[in-house]
Amino acid sequence: MKKKENIGKIVAINGNMITVEFTENIRQNEVAYALLGEERLKSEVIRIKNNRAELQVYEETRGLKVGTEVEFSGEMLTVELGPGLLTQIYDGLQNPLPEIAEKCGFFLPKGLNLHALDMEKKWEFDPCVKVGDSVSAGHFIGSVPEGLFKHSIMIPFYLTEKYTVEEIVSSGSYAVKDIVAKIKDESGKVFDIQMYFEWPVRISVTAYKQRLQPVESLVTRIRLIDTLFPVAKGGTYCIPGPFGAGKTVLQQITSRHAEVDIVLIAACGERAGEVVETLREFPEIEDPRTGKPLMERTIIICNTSSMPVSARESSVYTAITMAEYYRQMGLNVLLLADSTSRWAQAMREISGRLEEIPGEEAFPAYLESRIAAFYERAGLVELYNGEKGSVTVGGTVSPAGGNFEEPVTQGTLKVVGAFHGLSRDRSNARRYPSIDPLESWSKYPSFIDIEKIKKARAILFRGNEVDQMMKVVGEEGTSIDDYIIYLKSEYFDFVYLQQNAFDEVDAATVKERQIHVFDFIIEVLSSEFKFRDKDHARNFFQTLRQMCIDWNFIAWETDEFKNQEEKIRKAVDEVNKNEKSV
Amino acid sequence: MKKVYSRILRIVGNVITVKAEDVQYEELAEVSTSFGKSLAQVIRLSDDEVNLQVFAGGRGISTGDEVRFLGHPMQVGFSENLLGRIFTGSGKPRDNGPAITENLIEVGGPSVNPAKRIIPKNMVRTNIPMIDVFNSLVESQKIPIFSVSGEPYNELLARIALQAEVDMIVLGGIGLKFDEYLYFKNTLEEGGALSRTICFIHTASDPTVEGLMVPDLALAVAEKFALQGKRVFCLLTDMTNFANAMKEIAITMEQVPSNRGYPGDLYSQLAKRYERAVDFDGAGSLTTLAVTTMPGDDVTHPVPDNTGYITEGQFYLKNGRIEPFGSLSRLKQQVNKDSREDHRAIMDGMIQIYASFKETEEKKSMGFRMSAWDRKLIKYGNLFEDKMMALTVNIPLEKALDRGWEILAECFSKEETGLRTELINKFWPKN
Repeated sequence: MKKKENIGKIVAINGNMITVEFTENIRQNEVAYALLGEERLKSEVIRIKNNRAELQVYEETRGLKVGTEVEFSGEMLTVELGPGLLTQIYDGLQNPLPEIAEKCGFFLPKGLNLHALDMEKKWEFDPCVKVGDSVSAGHFIGSVPEGLFKHSIMIPFYLTEKYTVEEIVSSGSYAVKDIVAKIKDESGKVFDIQMYFEWPVRISVTAYKQRLQPVESLVTRIRLIDTLFPVAKGGTYCIPGPFGAGKTVLQQITSRHAEVDIVLIAACGERAGEVVETLREFPEIEDPRTGKPLMERTIIICNTSSMPVSARESSVYTAITMAEYYRQMGLNVLLLADSTSRWAQAMREISGRLEEIPGEEAFPAYLESRIAAFYERAGLVELYNGEKGSVTVGGTVSPAGGNFEEPVTQGTLKVVGAFHGLSRDRSNARRYPSIDPLESWSKYPSFIDIEKIKKARAILFRGNEVDQMMKVVGEEGTSIDDYIIYLKSEYFDFVYLQQNAFDEVDAATVKERQIHVFDFIIEVLSSEFKFRDKDHARNFFQTLRQMCIDWNFIAWETDEFKNQEEKIRKAVDEVNKNEKSV
Repeated sequence: MKKVYSRILRIVGNVITVKAEDVQYEELAEVSTSFGKSLAQVIRLSDDEVNLQVFAGGRGISTGDEVRFLGHPMQVGFSENLLGRIFTGSGKPRDNGPAITENLIEVGGPSVNPAKRIIPKNMVRTNIPMIDVFNSLVESQKIPIFSVSGEPYNELLARIALQAEVDMIVLGGIGLKFDEYLYFKNTLEEGGALSRTICFIHTASDPTVEGLMVPDLALAVAEKFALQGKRVFCLLTDMTNFANAMKEIAITMEQVPSNRGYPGDLYSQLAKRYERAVDFDGAGSLTTLAVTTMPGDDVTHPVPDNTGYITEGQFYLKNGRIEPFGSLSRLKQQVNKDSREDHRAIMDGMIQIYASFKETEEKKSMGFRMSAWDRKLIKYGNLFEDKMMALTVNIPLEKALDRGWEILAECFSKEETGLRTELINKFWPKN
């Protein structure tokens, strides 16, 4: 059934915002195309006033005129969901970038709209329902193998009634556009089911039984995070930090080592170079857990800072919709959004052009509710078949001037479950990861005993106090007991909290190793050392630190690892013994 | 033939408004005033009213002056003949040479598909240890020099450009003082580089709006040469002036300001320019070095702040030295793993100790007694500042690394450095 064409005309242009006069009915948030010669510039209705609508254009508006025709589609902004998303690199509107490069060369052309999925590629479909079965949105009707995973083919999420299967194809190869099933609703209306469907990005997918409390740790293999400020599967966390503090490196390491099924990287308004690193390297790096290239579990959504700003605004929604889709198959998905501040800024730019009354720092008044709604799309859910799936969201925040007292950071802190605040002082001192161990927090449980963590954190806090005090009263004014606490906290920082992201071994520490090493560290931290004087104490801790740093570079479960541990333990025992005789 | 409009409705600052039809967004127009002709660009369309920013400024424009639309956006001529030439911010010759009108290319065109970029992998050697050792410059990097007024940032910019081995240099000057312009001209000439340089110079005495086009012109030309396989360096000084020109227009257009009067799209506008730095898959590269002056040495000022989030690091110039704190090259990890095995260790280790030195220095200034360890740190810090940080030091990377070990050995015992034992065994000076 072809709809009548609904055409409007541009009456004003201001940056990436156009005002269009229309005559037929239009819908809020519907997609429209500005017709610039052959080019169709995708845009979205964001405000309607009388017979004029304001649209944000997802492309550069150069060349448009007053009077240019705009075609309304009647549809909201959607993404295609189906097999073939994994390993892909999309722009913020789900256009596949490698395919564009093949067609158009070095530059991104205007007004090109491609299918996100390969419509022709054949997949081996294996049905799991039979004629007469009753199904509903999100129910599996079969599956295809997609790389490492069994990709379940589902009843589209918008078919929310009760249906019975009328027809289902037998096992065999089909393309995503092929009809694999027909289902009938109670009134007798028949729907064709293909292997893919579209879903509006701004609406969250809720085709599951219930949401659950996230409790199980998501192991990132970053010691500082897993031990002190853990993230849970289905939880949310944020990484605010000034530029140069290491947000992006932290995200990159997480995307490599995190123990989840699928990683979505949403590069939102950030540097193209960083995305290039990921998209060039991931096909080469082997995932130690599967033996397959990391790319096989990755989707990249890339709307870099030079790409049009409206598409940046929608790119985080594009990403989370795909994450939710894979969650529906019972998988654990991690979405890394870098950076949510760029997304907020995109909202600010658009709001400014709409001449809305500005809130704090000119951000729109609805900023906080948008941030909250976005993070709320994360979660651990129980599916209709009893399996569990999760979407974990980790967003970086780039606060202006590195000051956390700004609307985006504050709006984010309200809704996330863990806060990994990066500190300029730590990164200046090359203490990486530069997550501030004093300021950060997490509401999720760690896999390490809570009492031990409390002990370690207490030392950190005391050590910091002593450090502050020493700045005032000097080293000679500090008692040796206080000084030892300071040395202990520095030791803990250097050998456990700091981690060398560029060393093959040290970059990722598995859970078992963390538990083992942390136990040893706690032993050292709780030991009552007695030293002759401060120089002696400092020398001991410097030597101990050196040995433990070397230990960090030795692979887990090797003889060398055990040897080094013995060496370290001997050194600790010796000092205890000697000092007791002093 | 395009129609000529001779009724200007409003003149506010550098923005004029005319009633016109069939005008494209971002189209150029020519305004003829009694002082001569000036280019203007469409910045907003609203029904039949067209707002234009006039490059020569609004001063002296009469409501009866003629506005002729040219039917195309900003363009610049592109050919080998550009080499050695100097142009103004609207692309006109500044050196009395002929105007270049052949082979016009669009300015501010589409952005590069990330899928066609490659990971940068070539270090650009500058022989400045604070760059080569601690924050290596990499081909295709975009990196600004953060600095307060009065620091020798233009000297540093020129020195890096001359010492780096590149095929050509495109210099974009925004709000440059006239003597700075002459300085660049003379330095490039003396260095024998003028014949492979193209300059787009907007001086402080030119109309503000003209400076807005300089980065776009310079980058459009540089990008084209890079596509032809050239390794191009684009120098932009000073981007704070560029941001201020944008602010001026935004305020004139009554846009809601976001932070200290700057428009909400400051980040996007700066990013659009900086992101043109690229290493093309199968062609040349474009490296962008810019200067961002920080009013009051305030790195949280919107211009340096937004810039820092866009660029791949920054060189922080203070008291005539590149400060290790605050300076950063995000791409250094791409090139310093293959230079020499001790490169990374020296890079991190020396800075960690230098940070301790800074703390000790603070303690000392407050009059505390210095321990033996403190005295070692102070010796180290002074050596480090004299032999590494000073801008007069001009040595290749390998020599600088050796010098690093020498300084460490002069001040500390092996285990006090916190470096890995295997590296110490290999590189610690024997005598």
